[in-house]
Amino acid sequence: MPTVSRVAVCGGTHGNELAGIYLVREMLKKRADGTEPVSVVTVMSNPRAAQLCVRYVETDLNRCFTRAALSAPVSETSPYEMIRSQELNALLGPKASAQAVDLLCDLHNTTANTGLCLITYSDRDWICLHICKHLQREMASTPVRYVHFDIPLNEAYSLDSVGKHGFAMEIGPQPHGVVRSVIFSAMQEGVQLMMDWICQFNSGTLFEGGWVDVYTMVKNIDYPRDSETHVITAAVHPNLQDRDFCLLHPGDPMFLCFSGETLRYRGKEALYPFFINEGAYYEKGVALSLARKRRVQIPSVL
Amino acid sequence: MSSRTNVSCLHEAKRVAIFGGTHGNEMSGITLVNMWKQNSAEIERNGLLIKPFISNPKAVKKCTRYIDTDLNRAFTPENLSAPDVEGLLYEVQRAKEINRMFGPKGSSDAYDVIFDLHNTTSNMGSTLILESSTDLFNLQMVHYIKKAMAPHTCSVLLNEHPQLKYSTTRSVAKHPIGLEVGPQPQGVLRSNVFESMRTILKHALDFIEFFNSGVEFPPCTVDVFRVQERMDYPRDTNGNITAMVHPHLQDCDWEPLNRGDPMFLTFDGRTILYEGANTVYPTFINEAAYYEKQQAFTTTCREILSANAIRKAFK
Repeated sequence: MPTVSRVAVCGGTHGNELAGIYLVREMLKKRADGTEPVSVVTVMSNPRAAQLCVRYVETDLNRCFTRAALSAPVSETSPYEMIRSQELNALLGPKASAQAVDLLCDLHNTTANTGLCLITYSDRDWICLHICKHLQREMASTPVRYVHFDIPLNEAYSLDSVGKHGFAMEIGPQPHGVVRSVIFSAMQEGVQLMMDWICQFNSGTLFEGGWVDVYTMVKNIDYPRDSETHVITAAVHPNLQDRDFCLLHPGDPMFLCFSGETLRYRGKEALYPFFINEGAYYEKGVALSLARKRRVQIPSVL
Repeated sequence: MSSRTNVSCLHEAKRVAIFGGTHGNEMSGITLVNMWKQNSAEIERNGLLIKPFISNPKAVKKCTRYIDTDLNRAFTPENLSAPDVEGLLYEVQRAKEINRMFGPKGSSDAYDVIFDLHNTTSNMGSTLILESSTDLFNLQMVHYIKKAMAPHTCSVLLNEHPQLKYSTTRSVAKHPIGLEVGPQPQGVLRSNVFESMRTILKHALDFIEFFNSGVEFPPCTVDVFRVQERMDYPRDTNGNITAMVHPHLQDCDWEPLNRGDPMFLTFDGRTILYEGANTVYPTFINEAAYYEKQQAFTTTCREILSANAIRKAFK
């Protein structure tokens, strides 16, 4: 396998997800002295949103990286984030070309109790899978999981799809607009361990094969809503709240209606819920996502 | 001496308002008020006019704290007496409207009670916020609520500090009460937080109904936390935050903070200790909305307030 020689670490893709923003600011303070074994470019993806401490200014930047969005004609009157995604694609990509960075790590936070997740579009990218295994081995107090969205590269919409290899490093729970020191430290450690793995890999270290549990997204579930006003009529059930990655069985409580009624999971298959009650997803019509888990064998690499 | 002579006779509380959405991203109050506007059965009480009201509808629509300026700081005498001209900040206009509908602040026409519903990202649990240590009606109501909610804890925060006190939306009423329940991220509705706030209001309205029906409430004491000081984050010369709330302090609202205890952790791993001479009880620890207000947490001291017996004045 070729070396991972160019890495990008991006924060502030959503301007109110503060751990990544503060981490990128700290990394930008440390000037590169040319002796680093790996070239790392550190980027504040959405500086205007970060300045205002909002998720986005006009449209969600992390949905602007499909092939269609990246090749759409833009002008001064285009939404800020559409212009910015093309700038980032020129800087770190172009997506799907030989010039793209080898690995793009995009830093995110969620209000859901997800622990640390590496979220990516491939379930057979050995570099991403090995990095996940490395973090799982080395991070004692943070659960680390691999989450897979089965979407072809053209339609992959997030910033991490710009790199030849890439993932979002998502850590929760943290409210938007807040930095919790435990979350910041976990993110700092995650990024450091990723860099350590890359350096070892580049210098020919053998990483043993093994297996990784991969959670592949199956579907989203919206809140129950009033048929006329579309206003939500229930909250995530207390039995489900904060139980990301705990198996949800048919018949388990999912929502507690304001009227007092409990709504239960009606699917036939037990699945793994995640992104349970993410604040930014109310407007996207998502109360939680559901995933299937399977064990993926990974080869040894050097 | 007969206990009868120590009973304070107070006016009936006939007009009550419940405000949600003073901050447009604090979801429990917004959800409760919208629910009750559609169906008010749960909040109806004999002889009481109860008005559920969305205070900042534009901010609620955008799910943001405010549009131009914080509504919950906007009820100053200057703002309330500002002339109706073009170009007034949205929340200043709104403050004047609310003052017309539910005030005027300080007059005998003002609403008797306003409950203002808030959430916080801080681990404050259920908190009742008072602005006066001598409002007997409020002290008795808070005492009633605490007893009714037990064993679930309700903390009582008193902000009577001459410099740190601010002009709240609820201050238009004769008896203003803030309800602050956390932790809950902005823009998120957590079932347990929602149900706690709903239950607190149920007890509060029960108290008012009992009071209006002539029930006498005996003398009581209320344990409160009195606001002392605002503590900002350490910042560099450009005003950027250089440290986070320390993991030992994070989520420890209402617990004692002693001299020498860890307070902040810098981004490069250094611990900053609390150097104050006295033990304090921090609250509003790491509230998202307070980064821009230069507030990492607020210190309080513990105090016990006493209230006379009260009953409704006979006409």
